[in-house]
Amino acid sequence: MHELSIAMSIVDIASRKADEASAEKVTLVELDIGIMSGIEFISLEFALSVAVKDSILEGTRFKINRIEPLCECSSCNHLYTPGQDFGACPECGKQEIEFIRGKELQIKSLLIDQKE
Amino acid sequence: MCDTCGCGQEGNPVRISRPGETDLHQDHSHNHDHDNNNSHTHDSVHSHDHSHDHPHQKMIRIEEDILGKNNLLASRNSGFFEAKDIVALNLMSSPGSGKTTLLERTIEAVKESRKLAVIEGDQQTMNDAERIHRTGVPVVQINTGNGCHLDAEMIHRAVKKLDPPQESILFIENVGNLVCPSLFELGEKSRIVIISVTEGDDKPLKYPTMFQQAQVCIINKIDLLPYVDFNMEKARENALAVNPKLELFELSAKTGEGMDHWIQWILTREP
Repeated sequence: MHELSIAMSIVDIASRKADEASAEKVTLVELDIGIMSGIEFISLEFALSVAVKDSILEGTRFKINRIEPLCECSSCNHLYTPGQDFGACPECGKQEIEFIRGKELQIKSLLIDQKE
Repeated sequence: MCDTCGCGQEGNPVRISRPGETDLHQDHSHNHDHDNNNSHTHDSVHSHDHSHDHPHQKMIRIEEDILGKNNLLASRNSGFFEAKDIVALNLMSSPGSGKTTLLERTIEAVKESRKLAVIEGDQQTMNDAERIHRTGVPVVQINTGNGCHLDAEMIHRAVKKLDPPQESILFIENVGNLVCPSLFELGEKSRIVIISVTEGDDKPLKYPTMFQQAQVCIINKIDLLPYVDFNMEKARENALAVNPKLELFELSAKTGEGMDHWIQWILTREP
């Protein structure tokens, strides 16, 4: 259940940024989470619902962008989506996989209501 | 990251202790600083004769790494290790793969030639620290409570208490879990993932994140190969498919078979 630590970090960072921007309310938090980041999405959603309690994010909507994995063959630079078996490069057959997308764990943006 | 690690319940915080210690809370206070307590006062009172129920919405771009705080602390640990020429190795596996036995055998084999120190991580009990303590090597135990992984803050505190010697090898035995520890950098030089032949040769495909983050993979308990359905060739293939740069060792910590390669690897580690 490391998703709870992740959720608490999200709430920490977003609350700090909201505070810095004199937010009265945070309407939306947008996250980029890679499919290969090691996060279980359902657990993260649940953990977020717990972690927002008593923070400025209570009632905030979370938009989670699931980033599909993309890898590059280090041998021939071919870009491809890895299968479940992390099979060899479909272009040159070499097994030199390098992830260039799909491991994101990022808070992208906040939508806030600013104090007058 | 709060050092109750998110997973810890209140009243059951992370404990760091040496074998034989009874007062488990003596080395730290429980003041977690959450620097965003939005308690500010507004003392400028002004009156309006019209209402303001149309606040302006604003989009703030953040693009901040969620694990940034942990990674920053990990870099601090890493800097400390570098300055003291300490090689920190993070050992990760599922429970029961033989991490502690491997560590005991490794310590026995290298303790005459290298200075060593150990940080043990488990949810509960001092059992592993006591096993290591019997080898004569300095050890502290981190009990994470309900936490499923070690994080950089815990290591920072444990290192303060352990005070590992200059030029030592510091083994960090993470909480037994093939998922969560893979996300949390500790400031280590290398990550070592251990699987055993009783676990199935498709472990790397099932838990790719762990194998992708590691530099070394140890396949333990090879003495049991005749009794289990484990295809070593397949396991190697799967591990290298997920991470082609993985360095693989096949060994039995129990019988000592294959240990020499691993010991050689340890002895050639430089900070």
